[in-house]
Amino acid sequence: MLKALAIATAFTFAAGGACAQAAKPTDPQIAHIAYTAGVIDVAAGKQALARSKDKAVRDFASEMVRDHTAVNDQALALVKKLGVTPQDNPTSQSLNKAAADKLTSLAKLDGKAFDKAYIDNEVAYHKTVNGALATVLIPNAQNAELKGLLETGLKLFKEHQAHAEHLAAARR
Amino acid sequence: MTVIPRWLGALAGAALLAVPAAPLAAPKTYQIAIQQMKFAPAPSGLKVGDTIEWVNDDIFLHSATARDKSFDVELRPKAHVRLVLARAGTVDFACRYHPGMTGRLVVGKQAR
Repeated sequence: MLKALAIATAFTFAAGGACAQAAKPTDPQIAHIAYTAGVIDVAAGKQALARSKDKAVRDFASEMVRDHTAVNDQALALVKKLGVTPQDNPTSQSLNKAAADKLTSLAKLDGKAFDKAYIDNEVAYHKTVNGALATVLIPNAQNAELKGLLETGLKLFKEHQAHAEHLAAARR
Repeated sequence: MTVIPRWLGALAGAALLAVPAAPLAAPKTYQIAIQQMKFAPAPSGLKVGDTIEWVNDDIFLHSATARDKSFDVELRPKAHVRLVLARAGTVDFACRYHPGMTGRLVVGKQAR
């Protein structure tokens, strides 16, 4: 829950762009935010693979590592092709800060408590990132290829969210 | 003199019986592509002996895995994998990695 709040706060910079014309994220910033969001979930998945013994949780974590790595590889190839340098920004920084805090708090948990906290956080995280993709990042992306990759990402992450929700429900 | 075990004889007999009298219609090949985290709709009119060519157009690892375990096809990004339909019936399938990706094959008996 706290994580969800922290991420929601992290995205207010970008969301605020809807009001203040000048604050709309640029393509280099959007690329940075999307890439950062992927790196965070890969790190979370690797932590789960190191700590969880539950097969369903481990399968899910492997899927997160594999899929988000695939999207990010594609994103790197795209920015290289477009000659765009992803630009760090307050949204990326807030995301990283929230994610580092979450990794630290999850590192104190074991067994079922870890599994539950990881999966609950994956639900909240994907929900927040998907909201940001749909309402801020995709609408503001100027380059068609970047927009397309973000749209593919959104379809993937929605599936991840559904998968995480299914795992969370099975654990209640 | 070679003695043919009884079970082998029975097997050979069964195999002979299984060969239909009329010539078979030529089997067909159909594609089912995965794009953007979705299986394309399965073609209608599938028959035993036909081939499904699974095509993964995504950049993600997928699978076409039958719920009844009758097939399990691993589909690496950009892979094309062929599967011969071995038996008639309705088979629901899903991606092992992305359970929300689902589809259904309806396979009729072999065409004559």
